[in-house]
Amino acid sequence: MAMVETGSTLRWKLLAAHAVLIVAALVVAFPFLMIVSISLRPGNFTTGQLIPEHLTLEHWKLALGISYVDADGQVTVPPFPVLTWIGNSLKVATISATVCLALSVTAAYAFARMKFRGRGPLLSALLLFQMFPSVLALVAIYALFDRIGDLVPWLGLNSHSSLALSYTGGVALWIWLIKGYFDSVPIELEEAAAVDGATRLQAMVHILLPMAVPILVVVFALAFLSAMIEYPIASVLMHDQDRLTLAVGSQHFLFPQHYLWGDFAAAAILAGLPLTLLFLLTQKWLVSGLTSGGVKD
Amino acid sequence: MKRSLLHVAMAALGALALAAGLAVVILLYAARQHALAAAVLALVAGTVVVYTSSRTYVWRYLVPGIVAVLFFILVPMLYTGLIGFTNYSSRNLLTFERATAVLLARTRGTGDGMDFALYRAGAGHRFEFTDDDDRRFVSGPVALGGELRVPLRAAPAASAGASEEAKQEEPISLRDVIALQPALRLVVATLPDGTELRLSSITRFIAARPAYTRNPDGTLTDRADGAILRADHATGFWRRPDGAAVAPGFRTYVAGQNYRRIFTERRFFEPFARVFTWSVAFATFNTIFTFGIGIVFAALLSWEALRFRNAYRMMLFLPYAVPAFLSIPIFRGLFNENLGEINLILEGLFGIRPSWFSEPMLARSMVLLVNTWLGYPYMMILCMGLIRAIPGELYEASAVEGAGPLDNFFRITLPLVLRPIMPLLIASFATNFNNLTLIELLTGGLPDFLDTEVPAGSTDLLASYTYRIAFRDSGQNYALACAISSIIFVIVAALAVINLRLFKVDREKP
Repeated sequence: MAMVETGSTLRWKLLAAHAVLIVAALVVAFPFLMIVSISLRPGNFTTGQLIPEHLTLEHWKLALGISYVDADGQVTVPPFPVLTWIGNSLKVATISATVCLALSVTAAYAFARMKFRGRGPLLSALLLFQMFPSVLALVAIYALFDRIGDLVPWLGLNSHSSLALSYTGGVALWIWLIKGYFDSVPIELEEAAAVDGATRLQAMVHILLPMAVPILVVVFALAFLSAMIEYPIASVLMHDQDRLTLAVGSQHFLFPQHYLWGDFAAAAILAGLPLTLLFLLTQKWLVSGLTSGGVKD
Repeated sequence: MKRSLLHVAMAALGALALAAGLAVVILLYAARQHALAAAVLALVAGTVVVYTSSRTYVWRYLVPGIVAVLFFILVPMLYTGLIGFTNYSSRNLLTFERATAVLLARTRGTGDGMDFALYRAGAGHRFEFTDDDDRRFVSGPVALGGELRVPLRAAPAASAGASEEAKQEEPISLRDVIALQPALRLVVATLPDGTELRLSSITRFIAARPAYTRNPDGTLTDRADGAILRADHATGFWRRPDGAAVAPGFRTYVAGQNYRRIFTERRFFEPFARVFTWSVAFATFNTIFTFGIGIVFAALLSWEALRFRNAYRMMLFLPYAVPAFLSIPIFRGLFNENLGEINLILEGLFGIRPSWFSEPMLARSMVLLVNTWLGYPYMMILCMGLIRAIPGELYEASAVEGAGPLDNFFRITLPLVLRPIMPLLIASFATNFNNLTLIELLTGGLPDFLDTEVPAGSTDLLASYTYRIAFRDSGQNYALACAISSIIFVIVAALAVINLRLFKVDREKP
């Protein structure tokens, strides 16, 4: 907002604004600084200063799957297979994001480039469906995959493919995001290609898609992220400890009787940092897609 | 060249999909899921028509996305509604056929048993049974492993004279018998009179008979007392003549019983009403708090005279970028009543140690606090976009009038942001109304109400309440959970329709 002001009142106001923002930034940073500090403190119960007196890498070693030997020669083995969990999450998220992207691209193309009966209602329906959280259908998803597992074991409960498939419900949102981007790409090049005898499919694959690579990358990243951080469905479908995803497995650190605060902190930073960076890179697309989705048509 | 390659690839993909679809049909047919097989076959046929007829050209593009939405959003939703009308729970888990099969496979011991000893016989083994009256039965050599019926014949009693031959060979040691237990469990020994014996303990077999037999009219007879069991499809149990239910129950449709329970039975309605009230309050407060904080930060960060705006924005956005499955447990640790850093600081400063997880009101405040922390950056980013669209002349005009920053905020910024952001506020309300992850990872719904029969917690949202009913508390009442989910579906649908209206109004205005 443009302030038309000069003089000392402005300086005071600026100072006040800085004060508010700095306090807010400190409040925001507090949990993160705390968790870094906790991951470097020895032991799982110790409390202490923000900057630990004794630095130790025991929690980091355990998070990376390396046994830790303390000064008395006592060996601590990693409590949980954190790297396996990260691997599982990566696998499920990659499959799910690939499937999501493949399924939503052509529909987005049709909505952006073709006129047909029922286009408006279909688009509204997609927007509507996108609002229903999948957690409400949790029992149904569980029961469905339980049944499917009787027929096809590798697609039943406790299988990564069932989890990846259940995340495909996100396509409604992805179709909207991709369609929004297609709308902003000029149609002239495709029309010129059509004049040269290209079919619709060719125009889409050879002309539109190369120009839309950014949104395809972003949707892939968002679908990937949303699968990486999903908890409820994964907690219901997966049982075996070494098949869990990171989102479910990382909760095992903090049972009241088995409170591995330091080990959790190290694992959280290890897994959380790349995901946070990826989200920071893609977030502006998600936000602009959400805000423009309803306004534009 | 390029052109044909693309089309060949698409055709190959289509053929592959067709083959996969037909394989699914065959698989379903083989599993005797005939209705499902027919449905999938119809779907495959429909798809073939779409991809060959030129009149349905547009649908060639739409089918993958639309079918995915149908399969992964609509089907689970409809199935949820369907389960809501059944009695599906851990007590009524099996289908009627499976529950009946379980009863028919059930055996009842007759009380008679025999100890046995195993002898080596060539590559296999030989049984020698001794019953409680010292009668002996022996088998021929058998190869253990896999399902096995072993006929026994009577042998002379183990008197002093007969034991001569037995002394020549020793039975195999107990350790070996224990090693053979898995194989022994699959052995059915049959006496000359037809009685069947099965392993009951390490060195003992007991006689057992099927407990139930099926009658031609579909009823079952209890062989112990001749009672006739009838299937009660209204409640999903086999019942004895006196009305007693025989476990396991089976799945069946119970019409609106779950809904009747929720709304008319006190023990279900009371926790439901409380959880519902808190869900509404939580979602409302949370929307107000996140929006309030978000728009204030957005207004500050949109002030062009302010330096380091990008650094602040980055920092203030961080809570939204960190995955919630990590930041929520971080808060659970920080709020820990005894070891948590927050209580250490509070004790140092004010000498208090609030019990965040056991006091209902404190627990609710903590949940709100944490979720506000998690959610305001999203509102902040949205508001920044909308503030950017407000024409600068408005602020210039207000400056000429001598208005202060508060006037600007309440008279210009807030009203102009509020209208376009309304649909997103409603969406945020709906999302937080169902914020299962937050509750599950932060409090698990605790502390529980002490005065409700059906367990429910003071921080439980409807979504986490159904999660508890279905997966956590004993009883695992899937049907009740689905009935409550269906009610939430209706609420969310109402919100979604309002939202769509607001979107449409927005769309027509410019």
